[in-house]
Amino acid sequence: MEIAFWLATLAPFVVTPSYLSLASQIAITALFALSLDLILGYAGIVSLGHAAYFGFGAYTAGLLSKHYFGEPLTGLVLGAAAAGLLGYLTSHVIVRFRHLALIMLTLGLGLLLAEAANSASWLTGGADGLQGVKMAPLLGFKFDLYGRTAYAYSLAVLFLLFLVARRIIHSPFGLALRGIRENATRMPAIGAPSLAHLRKVYTIAAVIAGAAGALLTQTTSTVSLEVLSFGRSADALVILILGGAGRLYGGIIGAVVYMVARDQFSGLNPQYWYFWIGVLLVAVVMFLPNGILGGLSALRKKPQ
Amino acid sequence: MLRIIAAAALALPLAVQAQQTIKIGVLLTLSGQFADAAAQMDNGIKTYMKQHGDTVAGKKIEIIRKDVGGPAPDVAKRLAQELVVRDKVDMLAGFTLTPNALAVADVSAEAKKFMVVMNAATSIIITKSPYMIRTSVTLPQVMETFGTWAATKAGLKQNYTMVTDYGPGHDAEAAFASAFKAAGGQIVGSVRFPVANPDFAAFVQRAKDLAPESIYIFIPGGAQPAALGKAMAERGIDKKKTKILGSGETTAEAALKAMGENALDIITAWHYDYTMDNALNKAFVKEFNAMHGRNPDFFSIGAYDGMHAIYETLKKTKGKTDGEAMIAAAKGLKWESPRGPMMIDPETRDVVQDVYIRRVQKVGNDYVNVPFDKIPAVKDPAGERRKQQKQ
Amino acid sequence: MLFDGFAYGMLLFLLSVGLSVTLGMMNFVNLAHCSFAMIGGYVTVSLANRYGWPFLATLPVAFLGAAAAAVILERTLYRRLYRASDLDQCLLTIGIVFISVAAYAWFYGTVVQSTPMPSYLRGSVPFLGMSFAAYRLFLIAMGLAVATLLILMLETTRFGARVRAAVDNQKMARGLGIDVDRAFMITFALGGGLAGLGGALAIEMVGLDHAFALNYLVYVLIVVAVGGLGSIGGSFAAAVVLGVSDMAGKYYFPWLGAFLIYLVMVALLMWRPVGLFGKR
Repeated sequence: MEIAFWLATLAPFVVTPSYLSLASQIAITALFALSLDLILGYAGIVSLGHAAYFGFGAYTAGLLSKHYFGEPLTGLVLGAAAAGLLGYLTSHVIVRFRHLALIMLTLGLGLLLAEAANSASWLTGGADGLQGVKMAPLLGFKFDLYGRTAYAYSLAVLFLLFLVARRIIHSPFGLALRGIRENATRMPAIGAPSLAHLRKVYTIAAVIAGAAGALLTQTTSTVSLEVLSFGRSADALVILILGGAGRLYGGIIGAVVYMVARDQFSGLNPQYWYFWIGVLLVAVVMFLPNGILGGLSALRKKPQ
Repeated sequence: MLRIIAAAALALPLAVQAQQTIKIGVLLTLSGQFADAAAQMDNGIKTYMKQHGDTVAGKKIEIIRKDVGGPAPDVAKRLAQELVVRDKVDMLAGFTLTPNALAVADVSAEAKKFMVVMNAATSIIITKSPYMIRTSVTLPQVMETFGTWAATKAGLKQNYTMVTDYGPGHDAEAAFASAFKAAGGQIVGSVRFPVANPDFAAFVQRAKDLAPESIYIFIPGGAQPAALGKAMAERGIDKKKTKILGSGETTAEAALKAMGENALDIITAWHYDYTMDNALNKAFVKEFNAMHGRNPDFFSIGAYDGMHAIYETLKKTKGKTDGEAMIAAAKGLKWESPRGPMMIDPETRDVVQDVYIRRVQKVGNDYVNVPFDKIPAVKDPAGERRKQQKQ
Repeated sequence: MLFDGFAYGMLLFLLSVGLSVTLGMMNFVNLAHCSFAMIGGYVTVSLANRYGWPFLATLPVAFLGAAAAAVILERTLYRRLYRASDLDQCLLTIGIVFISVAAYAWFYGTVVQSTPMPSYLRGSVPFLGMSFAAYRLFLIAMGLAVATLLILMLETTRFGARVRAAVDNQKMARGLGIDVDRAFMITFALGGGLAGLGGALAIEMVGLDHAFALNYLVYVLIVVAVGGLGSIGGSFAAAVVLGVSDMAGKYYFPWLGAFLIYLVMVALLMWRPVGLFGKR
């Protein structure tokens, strides 16, 4: 089943070659949603400011290519690392809180970073976006107009990091996380120090988010304030809930459904496509509780 | 023999059919915060096509609209790529916002597609693709002219600048201030408002405390101009003692309606107003009203003139749409627009137009921008400086 | 400055108090709360602009319109999701926000709305050497009146007692025979109606356009979080603190701009995670 899924992701190269840029952006969004799933679906940390790490990775990669060198892979690694560092630092604050306070804190920190980026327009280019981002070819392949290199790159990184995430989830560390999510007070009693675990997963999620951000910068040669925006954090949350949180594939499925729907609706009705997205979301909640994957698994259980 | 001729006659239209349509990909922010601006741009396009038909140089014009949703250069770039690769458009137009225009410029340059910027006003955009022209306005073009005018013709010595804290705000502030100072004026202070700021009372109070001779304002359209106008009235800023100078967006139609008498005597510099008194504009406004039930604004005229530039260029190239031919024909294009005389600068490919100085006055029951001075044929000063740097 | 911030705070209070109480009472995440505000706003716009109603007369209708919409929405969609997860509730209500934003753009266009104000609400009133904007005085009066009425209702009426019980401990309240569902429906209507009133009042102060629900959602959430769920006094205090610090910040430290409101929120939440007057 899973192998079939990953083979299917190669289909766009052959079946829909003119949609590769969209496919690339879907892969990037899926990666971002995956990183959110690690903290939300598995560790129970609801964040409305996760785009902070996405954007931090994006700007790092952009600034590197503008001022130093445009080699994509090093930019990717450095972007992810920078975001991870930010994640590590903020995790000390974040993990102490729960419920609404946690949500609002993540929101607040995300908004603060976005404001800072806007003010520091000498560095970030402000609302106009960063100018002069030029990418060197990736392993000899130029980033072309059709988006072939872009999609291959994004897909490869998504696959790799997905494997990493899956390893983490199935490890003892991952089980401990799920235990924390279920009952935060009991875990220390079994000997699993919960705050340290949460900080660790938060940092890992930040690294992955940063990688996604760097990918976006590199595949589109643009970065603007939008990568740090509340809108991007909120989109990731919606996508994850849509697909089903805590199921590893939820973010990916959600990203595919949401972004394809958005692209199609906005093509059909450029001014009011919002409406149809809203209807889609309401319908999914009413008929598929716990997201698409949750609803599907519930359906599969019914015959028994 | 007859059969061969008949077959050929039937085959010919089919063969030529493929080249009979010219596709224009239009990228606008039709949803989200900037939806109204994009709607007005689209209305301008539709009005032009209604007035001038949808056929040029024997070919049909087809508009493919795409929504970018807001400042999202990654989306804009992808949509532009798809338009070029999938829909096989012949040219790209629209662009409500600067970051989107900048991103798409890369696609225009790489794919060698003619590109018409119908709104985005940041100066450097024009340098990003050799196949691009602009038919809207640039901020330095208006604001530096205004700064010079304020210090010279209006005889103002002091100014306090208040702008919104984002790209265009910074650009406007820099342009106005540099020209004002160069012409002998003094900037006594400045402040920047956060982007979605709803309440201006605090900022206006700060300005009032300094009691400057004049205040320069740059804020985007929408709800803000009205809120600012109210704040100024509340704080009791006396417009006789402190001249209020603003950009055209500050006194756009909706803003004037909301500000009411608070708008009186605000002086603005801009390139277009729907009340302009010439035959072309009156016809434009009439058709616009009939089609869309509201008045056009500078968003509409940018798009309207953009379409005009496209049509005239196509007439010159006799329907050839490749980038090289189009840009060669577009350079130096001159025409009479509802806003006055327009030209596409042959070297910089940017817009050259008259800048009007207007004052808000009560005409009948409405408050309108009444022009009382004009600076003709202004080129984008930032573009001119770039030219000199290269020499 | 204090005065202006206080007036802005009153507006935030009216917009947020409904969400705070319903969130505290039923734990239902209603992100579409600001859509109710928009209903009120657009009702006023239609009545005042198209039918020429005087502004004050439109306010009760704005309240009732939004309240009615709240009840309809609650009866049809929301009540099926009381047992659902927080995340699902988020998704549903965000979907409703999207639908409402598109609907408003469709019916009213994307232009910013404004309504004519009666002359006694314009201009300013001089007092003790300073001038106070008449409209802000009006806002403060309304805010205080609503807050007082709500607290009175909560403390002195039986309905209020039921609501308080339901907020404190829903299971116990049901066990005592209190019809929690009915109490919730009325509270929800009340909260929605107040949001509608806030939306109508916001037109003059901050403007109304089709994306209002999204733009102001963040501020409303901040007030609710900082104030504490289920607390009227909390919403009031938080709204005032945020309104005043926003104003004062912009006056004394304009270079901080939008930072200040977020910094204040982060600081307050770190100090008191349950909110100023929150429980649990």
